[in-house]
Amino acid sequence: MIILRGRKISKGKAKGVALVSRKPLSFLGGVDPKTGVVNDSESDIKGESVKDKILVFPRGKGSTVGSYVIYQLKKNGVAPKAIIVEDAETIVATGAIISEIPMVDKIDISKIKSGQIIEVDADKGVVILHDKGNL
Amino acid sequence: MYLTKEEELILAGEYGYALQKAMEILVALGEIYGADMLIPIKSAQIAGVSYKNIGDAGIEFLQDFVNAGAKVSVYTTLNPAGIGDELFMEKQREILELYKAMGIEITSTCTPYYGANLPKFGDHIAWSESSAVSFANSIIGARTNREGGPSSLAAAIVGKTPNYGLHLEENRKATLIVDVQAKVKSFVDYSFLGYYLGKTLKNDVPYFKGLKPKNADYLKELGASMAATGSIALYHVEGETPEYRGAIDDELEKIQVDDEALNEVKEKYNAEWTDIDVIVIGCPHASIQEIKEVAGLLAMRGKPLKIPLYIMASRTVKFLADSLGYSAIIERYNGRILVDTCLIVSPIEKWYKGVATNSGKASFYFSSAGLNVRLDDIEKIIMGAP
Repeated sequence: MIILRGRKISKGKAKGVALVSRKPLSFLGGVDPKTGVVNDSESDIKGESVKDKILVFPRGKGSTVGSYVIYQLKKNGVAPKAIIVEDAETIVATGAIISEIPMVDKIDISKIKSGQIIEVDADKGVVILHDKGNL
Repeated sequence: MYLTKEEELILAGEYGYALQKAMEILVALGEIYGADMLIPIKSAQIAGVSYKNIGDAGIEFLQDFVNAGAKVSVYTTLNPAGIGDELFMEKQREILELYKAMGIEITSTCTPYYGANLPKFGDHIAWSESSAVSFANSIIGARTNREGGPSSLAAAIVGKTPNYGLHLEENRKATLIVDVQAKVKSFVDYSFLGYYLGKTLKNDVPYFKGLKPKNADYLKELGASMAATGSIALYHVEGETPEYRGAIDDELEKIQVDDEALNEVKEKYNAEWTDIDVIVIGCPHASIQEIKEVAGLLAMRGKPLKIPLYIMASRTVKFLADSLGYSAIIERYNGRILVDTCLIVSPIEKWYKGVATNSGKASFYFSSAGLNVRLDDIEKIIMGAP
């Protein structure tokens, strides 16, 4: 078990399976708001669904409308359970807050791999990586 | 970040869901960007209006916010809406009604400073709409970060914004000097220059030497083009803008811009007239001076245009153009002044194949929508058009 400490951006707690991208992510035009599937051709997680995942990526990019796309993911029941980034910026932070998705930043995401089981306690800014285990 | 007792109560939800969410956004942004506290703002300008941009996601959010009793607490104006087919217009009306329900003035212009919303020097404001941010910061000397739609809305609701970035004196100094060697005289030259520098510079505060703009409209275009192709939110022009004194020191990096650099932009947007079927002026929305110039040129041309001419403007400016007789002249030559809207946030690629414009910002967006673009001076466009 590894504990990583970061900073709260959007409150809440969650536990789930990590989906990790090593590239900045644009939500507008990059994630389908109806299905939650990543369709940004430049993304290294293209074709994967963010639904119920702990979504991990370095930072957001693109249009500020991306905040509303995150909101629509939530409304459509295909949002990630939590978001972890290296550096928060306006688009994703705002999206996570209005959508009530727990979010933490200032995390060294190179320590996280897709498929790992992760607990996020955004209120404390803490991320716990489990070697194995059940949800 | 320090919060007052009242701000803490808002954050805890004591004043309802909408204020709480708005406060959460401001606090998170304040923490991310290292603000020490929230500061009161005098006004807000909200982007994220066109249905083409915000889609059903935006409508859903705005609807939930209105249902939760969201109301703006400072004077707030709105960006242009889009135009489209019947379904599009229905959604568009819905969006405008939602903003109106929050107490926002439905001005629907990217140039609120020509009418309803004119800040003064030193005012702290929270504006989105990158061209208006650049105008307010650079030409007026008001202070705003480059907000997104949701963050400016949050600031409008709370009436405050986190104190960081361009709200702080020290961040308003120039970060590099741009020595303009190129011939930059006419309006479109300012488009070329802005387009080129937006692509070239990063999060800089450029300081221009060697520019003598005819009026503020030229600088409006420079800033709009820089903000469209890049992320510049503040610039200074020696001898011209209100904060140029003391903005530079001896150690600043210096770059030169020559004719060759601007020729790249000219050549990129040089579509033939045979590939153009519409003329679009007024990006950002035209001033009364720009409209007067177009009316004068059309009268000089003496025969109607074979392709339509659309001039985008605020309602304030259109009323003026109507009463001064310019609208009538423009209509006589197959032109029309469009209010409350912007063709770059409308599905224009469905209606036209190519656009002639004098705006670097419009060229950037029209070309990414797949249209042919001819970027030229208004005089050459009116005289050379079929």
